[in-house]
Amino acid sequence: MTATPAQTRGGWVHLGRCQVLGLSGFLVVGAGVLVGGALALVPLGVGFWLLPPAAGLLRRVSDRYRARATRWTGRPLSPPDPLPHGTSARRGSAAILGDDGFWHDLRWAWLEPWTGGLLAAVPLALVEYGAFGALVQPFVWRRLGDGNWYAFVPVTSTPTMVTALLLGLALIAAGLRLAPVMTALHARLTHRLLSAPRSTELTRRVARLTDTRAAAQDVHAAELTRIERDLHDGAQARLVALGLTLDEATRLLGTDPHRARTLLLDVRATSERALQDLRDLVHGIHPPVLADRGLADAVRSLALDSHLDVAVDARLPPARLPAPVASAAYFAVSELLTNAAKHADATRVDITLTHDGTRLRVSVTDDGHGGADTSAGTGLLGVRRRLDTFDGTLALHSPPGGPTTATLEIPCASSSPKTSSSSATA
Amino acid sequence: MRVVLAEDLFLLRDGLTRTLREHGCEVVASVDNGPALVRALAQTDLDVAVIDIRLPPTHTDEGLKAALEARRSRPGLPVLILSQYVDQLYAHELLASGEGAVGYLLKDRVTHTAQFIDALRTVATGGTVMDPQVIAKLLTRSEKRGRTDSLTPREHEVLTLMAEGRSNTAVAQALHISESAVAKHIASIFGKLEIEQSPEDNRRVLAVLAYLKG
Repeated sequence: MTATPAQTRGGWVHLGRCQVLGLSGFLVVGAGVLVGGALALVPLGVGFWLLPPAAGLLRRVSDRYRARATRWTGRPLSPPDPLPHGTSARRGSAAILGDDGFWHDLRWAWLEPWTGGLLAAVPLALVEYGAFGALVQPFVWRRLGDGNWYAFVPVTSTPTMVTALLLGLALIAAGLRLAPVMTALHARLTHRLLSAPRSTELTRRVARLTDTRAAAQDVHAAELTRIERDLHDGAQARLVALGLTLDEATRLLGTDPHRARTLLLDVRATSERALQDLRDLVHGIHPPVLADRGLADAVRSLALDSHLDVAVDARLPPARLPAPVASAAYFAVSELLTNAAKHADATRVDITLTHDGTRLRVSVTDDGHGGADTSAGTGLLGVRRRLDTFDGTLALHSPPGGPTTATLEIPCASSSPKTSSSSATA
Repeated sequence: MRVVLAEDLFLLRDGLTRTLREHGCEVVASVDNGPALVRALAQTDLDVAVIDIRLPPTHTDEGLKAALEARRSRPGLPVLILSQYVDQLYAHELLASGEGAVGYLLKDRVTHTAQFIDALRTVATGGTVMDPQVIAKLLTRSEKRGRTDSLTPREHEVLTLMAEGRSNTAVAQALHISESAVAKHIASIFGKLEIEQSPEDNRRVLAVLAYLKG
C-alpha cells in the first residue's frame, strides 16, 4: 500500500473529522433523549414547556452538523425552515409538532448515533488498535508474558513482535485509507437526512418560480414599453415628417420645381434615417446574426464590434441552443464586454463558450483592474435578473488588480436546428 | 454588364431589375431563393451577382452562404451582397473569401442609384466595396485603439472614403477638392500609418482594410 504524503495528510485530517463526529455523537444522543423525554411528557402538560427549548437545542446541534457537512463537502445543504414559535408554550409546541423539519431532525437524532457513529468509529478503531500494535506492543510484550495476543498474533518472541508491529502499521494505514471514505459516506448520509424536507424544497421552488416569473413579466413589459416608445419617437415620427414633406413637395411641383426637388431629397434622407431607427430597434430585440448563425457566431460578431482584443473560443454542439437561452447569453456577453471596456480599462478579453449536454457555460475574462461588483452596476444586475428566469447563474470573480472573470451558467439541452444550417467562419 | 440578381421580395426584385436595365446592365438570371441562386452562380456566365443576404428557404444568411460557396469554386467571382443590416462578421467573411471582386452594402444604398451602379462596376472589375457603416465601425475601433491618432481630420475623411472603395475621382468629388490633393492626402496617410503604397486601386483598399481590421 503506497500513498503520497498529501494522501497521508488527508487521511489524518479525515481521521480527525471522524474523531469530531464520534465525540459530537454524544451531543446528538443528549439532544435526542431530551426531545424524546419532552414528547413523552406532553400528555402530562409539562411537555408543552419542555418541548420548545429541547427542540431548539436539537436544531442547534443539527445546524452544527449541517454547517460541518457543507464545509467538508463544499456542497451547500438546503436548511429546513426555522422552527416555528408560538405566543404561548402550548401553541409553540403544537406548531413544532406540526413542523416537518422538527420530525426530520428527530429522526436524524435517533439514527445518527447508530449510523454516523458507526461510520466514524471504524477508521478510529483501526488506527487506535494499529497504534497499540505498532507503538505499545514492542515495549510491553516481554512483561505481558505468554497469554499476550495482538489480534491473531501471539506476541511472545521478537519475530512475532515484529509481525505484530507490521500488522499494527498495516491497520493504521488501512484506517487512514478508510477515513476519507467514511467521512464522505457520512456527509452523504447527513445530506440525505438533514436537508430540508421535500415539502419545504417544493414550497421554496414555487416561491422562487413566482418571483422569477414576476421579474420576467416586468422585464417583458419594460421591453414592450421601450419598443413602443422607440417606434413612436423614431420611425413613426419620421414617417409622419416624410408624409408632410411629400405633401409640400407635391404642392410645389408645378410652381417651384427646384424647391420641390430639395424637399424630395430630404424625404430620401428621412426615409434612410427611419430605416436606420428600425434596424437599431430590431438589433436590440433580436440581433439578426444571432438568428442567422446562432450564439457562437453572434459572439464572434460582438468581438469584432468591440475595440478590445477579444478572443472567442466556442466549443458548442452543432445543434442550436434554445433561442431564449442563446439570446440571454448573447446580451449578457454584450453587457460584460461593455463593462470590460468602460469600467475595467481592459485591453484584452477571452471568451469561452462550452456546453456539457445539460448546461451552457460562458466565461468572460478581461485583463482590467478588477474590483467589479454585481451589486454595484445596474447592468450586471439586469444580466442576473435575466438569467434568473432560466435558473441561470452569474458568478463574478474580480479581485482588486484583476483579472476579472465572469462565468455564467444556464441549464439547457441543445435542440436540433429548425432549419438546416451549418456555420462557416473565416 | 451581365448581372445575376437574387432577391425574394417581388417589389424589390422588380425595382432593381428596372434600375439595372436603365443603366445598361443585362439581368441574365433573376432568382428568389437559395438553391436557385446556387445553380445560377454555378452555371451562368456573369460579370457580377447582386445578392440579398436573406433568402428562402431558411430566411437567414442563405445568400451569403451561396456567394461564399460560389467564390470557393469560382475564385474571384464578383458578388455584391445587399442586406437590411451590416454585420462585421459577414464583412470579414466576405473580405476573407478572396482578394477583391466583392461588395457588401446596406439595401437602402440602392436608392442612390448612381453610387450603387458605381459600386457595382467597381465590384465587377475586381474592386472592393464596403458599406460606410462597416467602415465607420472599423474606424471607431482603430480610433479607440489609438491607431489613427496621427491623421488630420481631412486625412481621416479621405481614409474613410478610400476604405469604402471609392476611387480618387469619387473621393475628390465627395470632399470638393482636387484629385491631386486627394493623391497627396493618400500619400501622407500611407506614410503615417506605415502601409505599403500600391499603384493599384483594389490593392490599396485591401491594404487599408487590413490595417483597420488589425
